[in-house]
Amino acid sequence: MDMRNLRFALKQEGHSRRDIFEVLTKHAFPQSHNLNTYIYVSAKLWVLYNVLQGLPNERWRVTFINEHYGLCDTYPSLLVVPYNATDDDLKKVAAFRSRNRIPVLSWIHPENQAVIMRCSQPLVGMSGKRNKDDERYLDIIREANGQISKLTIYDARPNVNAVANKATGGGYESEDAYPNAELFFLDIHNIHVMRESLKKLKDIVYPNVEESHWLSSLESTHWLEHIKLVLTGAIQVADKVSSGRSSVLVHCSDGWDRTAQLTSLAMLMLDSYYRTIEGFEVLVQKEWISFGHKFASRIGHGDKNHADADRSPIFLQFIDCVWQMSKQVFYKVRPFQLLLLIILQVNQISNPGMLLSNDQPNPVEQRYMELLALRDDYMRRLEELQITNNSKIPNSSASSTSPSQMMSQVQTHF
Amino acid sequence: MLILRCIEIMIHISEQLLCEASTVYKYIQEDGSNRGTYGKLVCTNFKIAFLDDDSTSDDNEPQLKNKIIGENDITLQCVDQIYGVYDEKKKLLTGQLRKYPEKLIIYCKDLRVFNFCLRYTKEEEVKRIVSGIIHHSQTPKLLKRLFLFSYASAAPNNTDGRNQTVMFDTLEDWRDELERTKGNVQYKAVSTNEGYKVSEKLPLYFVVPICVSEESILKYEGRGIPIWCWSCHNGAALLKMSAFPKEQDDSTSQMQKAFLDGIYRTIRKPPYELLKTDDLSSSLPSLQEIQTAYTRFKQLFLIDNSTDFWATDVKWFSLLESTNWLEIIRRVLKKAIEVVECLERQHTNVLLIEESATDLCCVISSLVQVMMDSYSRTKLGFQSLIQKEWVIGGHGFLDRCNHLHKSDKEEAPVFLLLLNCVWQLVQQYPPAFEFTETYLTVLSDSLYVPIFSTFFFNSQHQKDTTTTGESLKTQSSPFRFLTVWDWSVQFDLKAQAFLNNPLYAEKPKPEKSQRKTARFKHQRQLSLPLTQTKSSPKRGFFREETDHLIKNILGKRIGKFINSSDEPPNSFREFYDSWHSKPVDYHGLLLPRIDGPEIKVWAQRYLRWIPEAQLHGGGTIATAAKILDLMKEVQNLQVKMDEEHSQAVSGDIHAVPMLRSSARLSSLFPFALLQRQSVKPALPTSTWKDLEDEDDLVKRDDEFVDLSSDVL
Repeated sequence: MDMRNLRFALKQEGHSRRDIFEVLTKHAFPQSHNLNTYIYVSAKLWVLYNVLQGLPNERWRVTFINEHYGLCDTYPSLLVVPYNATDDDLKKVAAFRSRNRIPVLSWIHPENQAVIMRCSQPLVGMSGKRNKDDERYLDIIREANGQISKLTIYDARPNVNAVANKATGGGYESEDAYPNAELFFLDIHNIHVMRESLKKLKDIVYPNVEESHWLSSLESTHWLEHIKLVLTGAIQVADKVSSGRSSVLVHCSDGWDRTAQLTSLAMLMLDSYYRTIEGFEVLVQKEWISFGHKFASRIGHGDKNHADADRSPIFLQFIDCVWQMSKQVFYKVRPFQLLLLIILQVNQISNPGMLLSNDQPNPVEQRYMELLALRDDYMRRLEELQITNNSKIPNSSASSTSPSQMMSQVQTHF
Repeated sequence: MLILRCIEIMIHISEQLLCEASTVYKYIQEDGSNRGTYGKLVCTNFKIAFLDDDSTSDDNEPQLKNKIIGENDITLQCVDQIYGVYDEKKKLLTGQLRKYPEKLIIYCKDLRVFNFCLRYTKEEEVKRIVSGIIHHSQTPKLLKRLFLFSYASAAPNNTDGRNQTVMFDTLEDWRDELERTKGNVQYKAVSTNEGYKVSEKLPLYFVVPICVSEESILKYEGRGIPIWCWSCHNGAALLKMSAFPKEQDDSTSQMQKAFLDGIYRTIRKPPYELLKTDDLSSSLPSLQEIQTAYTRFKQLFLIDNSTDFWATDVKWFSLLESTNWLEIIRRVLKKAIEVVECLERQHTNVLLIEESATDLCCVISSLVQVMMDSYSRTKLGFQSLIQKEWVIGGHGFLDRCNHLHKSDKEEAPVFLLLLNCVWQLVQQYPPAFEFTETYLTVLSDSLYVPIFSTFFFNSQHQKDTTTTGESLKTQSSPFRFLTVWDWSVQFDLKAQAFLNNPLYAEKPKPEKSQRKTARFKHQRQLSLPLTQTKSSPKRGFFREETDHLIKNILGKRIGKFINSSDEPPNSFREFYDSWHSKPVDYHGLLLPRIDGPEIKVWAQRYLRWIPEAQLHGGGTIATAAKILDLMKEVQNLQVKMDEEHSQAVSGDIHAVPMLRSSARLSSLFPFALLQRQSVKPALPTSTWKDLEDEDDLVKRDDEFVDLSSDVL
């Protein structure tokens, strides 16, 4: 799954091969053999972070309505909702949202108070059903920002798919029913398209890269095109919130694949906290794990059914997007890139022991580390010198402050 | 006022104003609307320039300012193509015009695109400027009419010699190079070509195997003579040879064959009796193919407006591949590695063969030296290498760049190909090079600056004869040409700093006394086998090897067959893989990675004028800037340390200002200018046509659950 394929040559000693195969399959795919898997219990770090952000406030409150997963079994137990919406309202809205995944807050802009909300598709259906509570709820969201302009809704799907969803009871917010909202489709394709795309990508890099036609075969996988679409969507969300000063609502069909990608990437763009290692972990914990991204079935942990249609590299795609960003814009922090790799691998092999491969250190970063060490060394020696000098000449005060200034400046830089 | 400014922009008294037009609107197309400024368009015997009416806009000055060529200057040699717009239709302009266009689009060889609107200009002036520009930049010219000569005849006398770059125009330079590479055991510098009595294509001085006689050099104007390029540390040498043209006459070719036989019999060089030949004209793409590929490739970057940019963006990879340019780079790098493998591992001499030995021979021999000789990765070393292999080596810059517009057929970006290949190495191993990619970019730009003689002659002979003849006639002092290696002519000290790589891991220098002894030792070791070599019985060249060689030179078609059949394919791969499995020594051998994903587009050179392709505060430059900051800081600390040590006066320590400009550099630094402000990414929505075979997948929902049953 991490693009390595291991092959074992077993000695032809009769009986042992079969045994090994059995043991291997048993432990590699425990679910098919009714063994227990280790399940990570989520911490509620992200709620903490919301408190740090200044929530709850007079416009947004924390609700305990989902404490025992009574409202929605794929949402976290704590939710942030508009202050002006009662728990009863939420229940009514839940009836009109696929799998009860109501619009809840993901992120709030510290200055303009615009928010990113996430949810699932409305249950419009073929007949074009409407729900007054849902309509009012979206209006409350819009007003919570003191916003006069329309609320922006980003539907991550292509237009056609959203229309097609009506046949199965889903759909999207129509202009008639939601006059105070404008809807945009972001044209990101579904999990099956992504799965096939990655399969093709794997074909061109494994077992080795073809000598020629690399670029056209890369293009034909469409993988980078999908990455681009996801990033473009996230940019639009982030841009709307920060420059457009407008609250946005993001959903796809169920709101746990494409929605999670979009909200978390937008947050990564908007908030430097999420670009720290701690912040990134909080982000994944919050937007992915607690909001019900189906890691087990998407990755197929412990399941040997490789053809399972529920499998799809959605999280991998997200990590790829983050990598693209870290390559392009962010402070080049190697630990961060390493972390991405680790997260991916942990995701796929539940054995953290066999993590990193023989990656050679990047010369540029090596030089950087050398310089850092050199600087620290100089600063230490300088300080020592100054102390000795100061004891000799009591008047020399001018230079003693500059090293510490540099320190603080450097820390904000990295 | 304007006249004053006109004079101001002239770089030199020898620059003459030829024609001009006022109220020209220079604009940038952006989302259907145009932004720009009015000004004056002038054409001199040096350049085309646009003079902004509003001269106060100095705040947007580029970081890397060229002293000779301003932001709105195009040297006449830098003009690639000129298009006129008639009723919104683009038409290529050449020669005489019957009707004059409303707009002028100038595409430059450094990939800038200029749009000029002439709608508000007087008809008279339009006629004059358009025909003037076309005449001076697009029609055939005499060599003597190049600005180079008017400039050099009145050159300022401030050129302080030739800096330290080895120019290879004296016998001494060649002898020093032989000594540096320890090649003087088997090779000698000869002055046979003094007065160009051997050939006008060969340099005055060059190096041949010690046993090659003067008569044989003279016999076929230097053809069929192996000419030395460089010697490897193990003694194996890289040689080049210009082949005999295909002869119809049987007896002539028989004689040539005998001559070559003789040459190979005389160059017996124990202990290296093996010689591998490589006919580059059959094993590498032809100049024609290179030219076609580059023409297609550069088209991707000559973008009129942002709509075009987003349109190509959708199919970027396949467009890139269809140009074949990156594939050519890959093949050239691969060939260079093959040569390196022979020299390094098989201890075999390699003889590169080409019709004139001045095109692909130069590319391959230069690349091999960059990979194997860490001296060639320093600035001086690289410049000396270009001087040795290209300028003195006789690469036809004048014809290949088509500076005189004599013949399009001769045009081929051979030197650019080398710079592109070197760039691949620079970006793969930044600490191994003393210079930066910016250095390579400005070097490639200097190809079109007719102030330096470096890239404006086909050979040393051409330079010598044109200049001496001319100065005799006019009785004036000889021309004082500038060399491009004097970077102070183009850039001030601050800008020159961008050419030096802050990441360069300098070679640790041994202590002086140590070095002396080491050198002495080395010479002793070398002298031992030398005495043996001379007295050893002459061992014959392998018969089949000689045959192969002769066939190769005489009949290329036969050579092709042999070449393809006896190539051992595995030794290359093995060598390549084993090198890459070891840690890199930045001062040792350097092999580029040549798998598809590793060959990249030289973004700085090709994308630098396209604002859409910029990353603000991102890209590799952000890392480099951070390192620069840190280095500066360390330096400052060092200074402070020293001051503290010598604490004579207290309180007199001033904090040195830090370089803090790096906050949001463009990834295309130092070239990028903010031209277009609104950059909107276009959604590649309509690109799904080729997904038709997966139609059902696209239409499917993530998980098929009938939600209508959930409701209620």
